[in-house]
Amino acid sequence: MRKFIDKLVFGLCSLSTVLVLGILFLILIYILLNGITSVNLDFFTQLPKPVGEEGGGMANAILGSAIMVVIATIISVPVSLAAAIYLAEFGRGKIAVITRFMVDVLAGVPSIVIGIFIYTIVVLPMQRFSAIAGALALAMIMVPTLVRATEEAIRLVPQTVKEAGLALGAPYWRVIIEIVLVSAHKAIISGILLAIARVAGETAPLLFTALGNRFFVKVLDRPIASLPVQIYTYAVSPYDDWHRQAWAATFLLVMFVLLINLSVRYVTRNKSS
Amino acid sequence: MDKISPLAETQAINLESNFQGKKRWLMTSAADNGFRQLTKILAILLLGLVITLLISMIYSSRLSISQFGFSFVFSSTWDPVKEVFGALPFIYGTLVSSLIALAFAVPISLGVAVFLTEQCPIKLRPVILTLVELLAAIPSVAYGLWGIFVLVPFMREVVNPVLGKTLGFLPLFQGPAYGIGLLTSGLILAVMIVPITTAISVSSLTAVDPTQREAALALGATRWEATQIMLLNARSGILGGVILGLGRALGETMAVTMVIGNRPEIAASLLAPAYTMASVIANEFAEATYDLYLHALIEIGVLLFILTFIVQGLAQLLIRQITKGTKSNA
Amino acid sequence: MEKNILKEANEVDNKTATKIEIEASSFNFFYGAKQALYNINIKIPEKSITAFIGPSGCGKSTLLRSINRMNDIVIGSRVEGKMLLNEQDIYAKSVDVVALRRRVGMVFQKSTPFPKSIFENVAYGVKINGLAKSRKHLQEIVEQALKQGALWDEVKDRLNDSAMALSGGQQQRLCIARTLAVMPEVILMDEPCSALDPIATEKIEQLIAELREKYTVIIVTHNMQQATRVSDYTGFFLLGKLIEFDETEKIFTRPKEKKTEDYITGRFG
Repeated sequence: MRKFIDKLVFGLCSLSTVLVLGILFLILIYILLNGITSVNLDFFTQLPKPVGEEGGGMANAILGSAIMVVIATIISVPVSLAAAIYLAEFGRGKIAVITRFMVDVLAGVPSIVIGIFIYTIVVLPMQRFSAIAGALALAMIMVPTLVRATEEAIRLVPQTVKEAGLALGAPYWRVIIEIVLVSAHKAIISGILLAIARVAGETAPLLFTALGNRFFVKVLDRPIASLPVQIYTYAVSPYDDWHRQAWAATFLLVMFVLLINLSVRYVTRNKSS
Repeated sequence: MDKISPLAETQAINLESNFQGKKRWLMTSAADNGFRQLTKILAILLLGLVITLLISMIYSSRLSISQFGFSFVFSSTWDPVKEVFGALPFIYGTLVSSLIALAFAVPISLGVAVFLTEQCPIKLRPVILTLVELLAAIPSVAYGLWGIFVLVPFMREVVNPVLGKTLGFLPLFQGPAYGIGLLTSGLILAVMIVPITTAISVSSLTAVDPTQREAALALGATRWEATQIMLLNARSGILGGVILGLGRALGETMAVTMVIGNRPEIAASLLAPAYTMASVIANEFAEATYDLYLHALIEIGVLLFILTFIVQGLAQLLIRQITKGTKSNA
Repeated sequence: MEKNILKEANEVDNKTATKIEIEASSFNFFYGAKQALYNINIKIPEKSITAFIGPSGCGKSTLLRSINRMNDIVIGSRVEGKMLLNEQDIYAKSVDVVALRRRVGMVFQKSTPFPKSIFENVAYGVKINGLAKSRKHLQEIVEQALKQGALWDEVKDRLNDSAMALSGGQQQRLCIARTLAVMPEVILMDEPCSALDPIATEKIEQLIAELREKYTVIIVTHNMQQATRVSDYTGFFLLGKLIEFDETEKIFTRPKEKKTEDYITGRFG
């Protein structure tokens, strides 16, 4: 009887694994099949056509996403690096404990709440939706992930390496920037790439910060299109052609995100021994 | 007697640094202090950010807070036309969809975790774990799209009728089968939180001293009985992972918004359309034409923040316990 | 002269009367491609204490763990030859490993109390093997096991406290009690005292010495003084081979093999 339960339980565990992997492939296959046929040159180069007209592309959305992600990265990386260095190297007292707690809190805040926050402090005063608001929202989402990843990367650098630098007469700040960060650079860059992959797919925080736009945008203080928002708008619309484009855009987005995730994992896989 | 010690000669060499002026200063410990202060300031900035978030949001929902007070949380009337707002339908929707998600995700992810730690060949483990974690990398809006065009029709054509026939006597499963609603949202959320709960369960289980398993086996336990001992050891980490998954489900927006049905009413049936806190904000924010409406929506945001804050805090406490344990074992 | 003959005759009688509990016959063990035990032939008498000694990596722990088939959980492990428990080959296909492990208990180097109460720890093996007929019977078994494990007096008033609160030496005695509760025939001990202080060690050595009345005990140890204090028989292992096996007194005073003598006198360690 005990043997029977033993076999049953482990059978169920294998089944669960098959189920989960099956769902993963199911989702990916649908995205692949529905999207790949619609990804053509038009998709990359054309602007959306007016409602009801077939055709057109998402060139502006792709560009918009790219612009906001780049700006968000530029804003969040220095702040996160500095905070991570502080937490890993200097932080012992109350301030470090509270800061670390706040980073954890920020990590758990739903992205839509961050969108509201940026709305209240950027969009309202500016009286308009803008790309910069969107970028700020994305940056705020990136910060906790970056701080955690970087802090851990810095902590992994052995104490002896730091001591060797100090023993040669280098000031602490140089040891940190030139030796510690350089030793940890692989892990830090992986962290940055993973944060970018995460934030490229975020929709909710952009809904009322960057809003959306049917044209190319050349300035930062106007609403701007983004791939995730465009997917959402098209997906909930009643038009088949827009649905088709939504699949194509999803395919593109998911490919991008998976590619980054898999390559980061591949590159860092030999590190753990 | 006349020997010149080599030491004496070397002492004559100039040990002064070549750095002049600003460069010289950068080599001193004063510069170190400056660096330290700089990083400290930026760290405090983060602290300030979170506090600002809370203050700003509460300020921007003041009209709604002052008008409805506590009854906001308990009122189930959401009528933008009559300018009456209550958050109960959304709280209900958020909690129920998240609980459904947990009900499916927890057993499945525990099953996967046990498979990975007890049955799976060691070389295969990182491969499968990576695949499971890929589920977490897929953006929410992609889940939503898949939900609308794949899961919803499946629920409508296949699952809901079956449920209606077999369990239709329960009020939980009554009502017309639209395919959208609480059950569907719960299912998509379950898929989205499986990677988190699995990953944390796996790391909690691998952190347990393997001699515990051997000691159980040595007493004549079967493999499953020995695994129960391992799970017992890992329980606080696993619980932390489950609560973390709950936190993620509570705040999930896009995938849920696209399949929940957007109806601000509390119904007994899981098959009926519903609404969550995140979804109502996502859907109606841009349409909030007057201030009270906007403030009510932002107040829902505040409630959502408080809810996830409490849940995440609990999860962190539990997870910190096991990571402390592994550090002392290492 | 007459006295000597009589003495020898008595010794021969004793030897043939002693029953062999465990016998390894042409026993080879492989971890994948690497061979860890070479052609082990050993006969361990019942109700005695045998020590396995030898330098690190000589295979003594591997042999120990082969006796309750704990090595089965290592991937790629392979066995050739026979391992007999009471004249039954434990590696035969028809053998139920789970039942085997109830008859051959094991105490590990690092004490491994389960995260349960003291009572629940000792009761664990009894419960899963369905050995207790009633709650009262279970309590009796637990009490007896704790008494045999020389721990009863120290914990009888706090059986429901967590086992993790006990000291290292107490935890190890708890693990021994836990093993005794399922009434095994053989008890295997893998360096049970190496993580303990001298006072705890002494208590456990006393306990082990008393166990020989009822159980066959095999103890792997790094500590040669411990072997002389505690065991009746000693086996010396080197590089996966059994160099010599004999009564402890003979091994340590008049060893037959030079390698044994070298090890015992500390020429290598």
